[in-house]
Amino acid sequence: MYGKKVKLRVLFISLLLISVILSIFLILKSLEENVVYFLSPTEIRNLTEIENKKIRIGGMVKDNSIVIDSENISFVITDFKNEINVNYSGSVPNLFKEGKGVVAEGFLKDKSLLIAEKILAKHDENYMPPEVKEALEKK
Amino acid sequence: MFFSQLGYYSLICGLIFSVILVPIAYKDLSIAKTSISSNIFIFTSLQLIFVFLSFICLVISFINSDFSNEIVYNNSHTTKPLFYKISGTWGNHEGSLLLCLLILVLFIFIFLITSKREPKKYQIFTLLFQEVIIIGFFLFLLITSNPFNHLFPAPKEGLGLNPILQDPILAIHPPILYLGYIGSSIILSSSIAAIIQNYVNSQWAKNLKNWVIISWFFLTIGIVLGSIWAYYELGWGGFWFWDPVENISLMPWLCLTALVHSVIVLEKRSMLATWTLILSISSFTLSMCGTFLVRSGILNSVHAFANDPKRGVFILIFLFLLIIISLFIFFVFYKEIKIEQKSFLFSKEISILINNWFMMYFLSVVLIGTVYPIFLEVIANEKISVGPPFYNKLLIPFLIPFLFFMSIGPSMKWIRHNIKLINVRLILLFLLSSFVSYLILIRTNLNTLFTTILLVVSIYLFFITVRDFFIKNQKNFSQKISHFGFSLLILSIVLNGIFSSEVITNIKIGEKYEFSNGSIYFENIKSSKKQNYMSFVGTFRIIENNNKEILLRPELRIFNQPITITSEADIKTNFIGDKFLVMNLVKGNEYYNIRYQTKPFMIWIWLSAILMGSGALTNFFKRR
Repeated sequence: MYGKKVKLRVLFISLLLISVILSIFLILKSLEENVVYFLSPTEIRNLTEIENKKIRIGGMVKDNSIVIDSENISFVITDFKNEINVNYSGSVPNLFKEGKGVVAEGFLKDKSLLIAEKILAKHDENYMPPEVKEALEKK
Repeated sequence: MFFSQLGYYSLICGLIFSVILVPIAYKDLSIAKTSISSNIFIFTSLQLIFVFLSFICLVISFINSDFSNEIVYNNSHTTKPLFYKISGTWGNHEGSLLLCLLILVLFIFIFLITSKREPKKYQIFTLLFQEVIIIGFFLFLLITSNPFNHLFPAPKEGLGLNPILQDPILAIHPPILYLGYIGSSIILSSSIAAIIQNYVNSQWAKNLKNWVIISWFFLTIGIVLGSIWAYYELGWGGFWFWDPVENISLMPWLCLTALVHSVIVLEKRSMLATWTLILSISSFTLSMCGTFLVRSGILNSVHAFANDPKRGVFILIFLFLLIIISLFIFFVFYKEIKIEQKSFLFSKEISILINNWFMMYFLSVVLIGTVYPIFLEVIANEKISVGPPFYNKLLIPFLIPFLFFMSIGPSMKWIRHNIKLINVRLILLFLLSSFVSYLILIRTNLNTLFTTILLVVSIYLFFITVRDFFIKNQKNFSQKISHFGFSLLILSIVLNGIFSSEVITNIKIGEKYEFSNGSIYFENIKSSKKQNYMSFVGTFRIIENNNKEILLRPELRIFNQPITITSEADIKTNFIGDKFLVMNLVKGNEYYNIRYQTKPFMIWIWLSAILMGSGALTNFFKRR
């Protein structure tokens, strides 16, 4: 009924559409699996259950809370309402200091302890995580 | 003081000339001469001269440490070395915008000089559209981010430049990156002009190709420089981190890479015209989106300078206007040229199309990974981040077929390629690369199927690109170099990924740390005072299983203006690999946090990426 050319074109376009839909599906699927949620210590406190999923916690490093030995660094992240302990063995960025903003990525052991795999501090001296800024402004 | 004033007024003069240029150019459209009027040249040169003058004034203000100028006060300091005073000019929001403007007017000037053989109306429409962008930048500078704001009384001392920006590579990284970003403005303008003039043909593609290659070259080099800097200065210890700011530069790069290929098809075969236009419009749009996301402070990064919501709104409006105008012109004026072109499945044009599809896939992955968290935050107020696992999972599997197509595509002929199913040489090469990967993998305990296939394919591609140099026709010399550079890049990345190792520990002075195949001994730490910082250099003696002893001396710098600690990694580089040691102070404590990394073939990653970029340039030399 239709010429060979039309058939080829239909085939081509449908192939293209299928591959586009497939790749979008693939992207969204793995986005779901690999996303890391960002929480504040207060939000951790309000969690109903602890999932075995990687999360990020942001806040300030509490004053006089850093304890260091040859294996571990432990410290407390606070958003001035609630606190959470962090255990970490790995490298720390330069601006990781008491009283400065920090983001720790890792797995929750319970509501008061995070086993961190990565620590991020921003490069800007005046940086403060937005959550903390909001919390401070509300005070 | 004087130079600030001069700079400000010459900036305003520049704006006046650009505004005058628009009606002059418009009038010239209806004049029946074949070449454009000399008035246009005069005004384009004046515009260039005044913007250049303004930029020079800003540089002089920085050199003189003229703190009556607000951005000099905010970003400079008298004790800073001269070199960094100069680079401080573009180390801030206002100055970098002025540099962008300078590049915009410089490029349109070069365009007018070099395109004299093109149709007159095409040149004028390109100029007109470029002027729209230029005036937009002028207004943005003068209204929201004037680089010549006055401070009275003038402070005695400046606040200083962020110390991590005080680095030779970072001093040249922004200008080169901007040449790439802003270079794509000419691509956009000339595409719009070509659409209006119905000039989307192979002749136009020939002209456009040069601009695509230039921006692609600068963007490539700019990205590599930024990556090298992040490697040794931020102490990230790698070459790519899928940081949103890196992704933003990668998106226009992928788009331009697709464009470099599709524009050749348009030139040689008059095909893919619509597609080439879409890519041209997208590449500048992506560059501008990147500027918006970085400058508005939506993405928190080293690049987010002092944030002002007004700026974000301005860029956003400007961006929307540009996109709407471009799309409007595209849909209303564009008439596709209908040339019946026969193509067969096995042909160069189809393999380039396949390349473009892959590029678009990579682009959409990076785009979604970068933009999705921003949307989610705005819409649902949820904060998430998308890390390397996402990209690795989505990109690496597709890299395998991509590399395979890349090894067979370039040697195909236009229109129709008679493919021989059994090509003894290719099969031998494939067997050889499998054998080489076997030899490599046997030395590791990594033997997943996935890594094996990836390694085999990248070695195969490497062999193919080397072989291509021995094929007689020297027609595509630049393509051969760039493809060779790319294959070397991929191979180095894969080997680097397989063989990298790291040791992280906290250590005291005089302590020795034993790890699985060696030990690190922390000998001492020495402090000294430098021009604008205090330096602490640690000495580490590292013995690895081959009993060769190496000394590494990482440094901590404590800057006083502004007070910042930076750590300078010590890197021993040779052709086989890098030994990387970085130390950090955790607390006013005797423990230092150190990270020791063995990174094979790092230098090859940088060299091959630069080679890939430079390959494009040989295109220009051979013509002379």
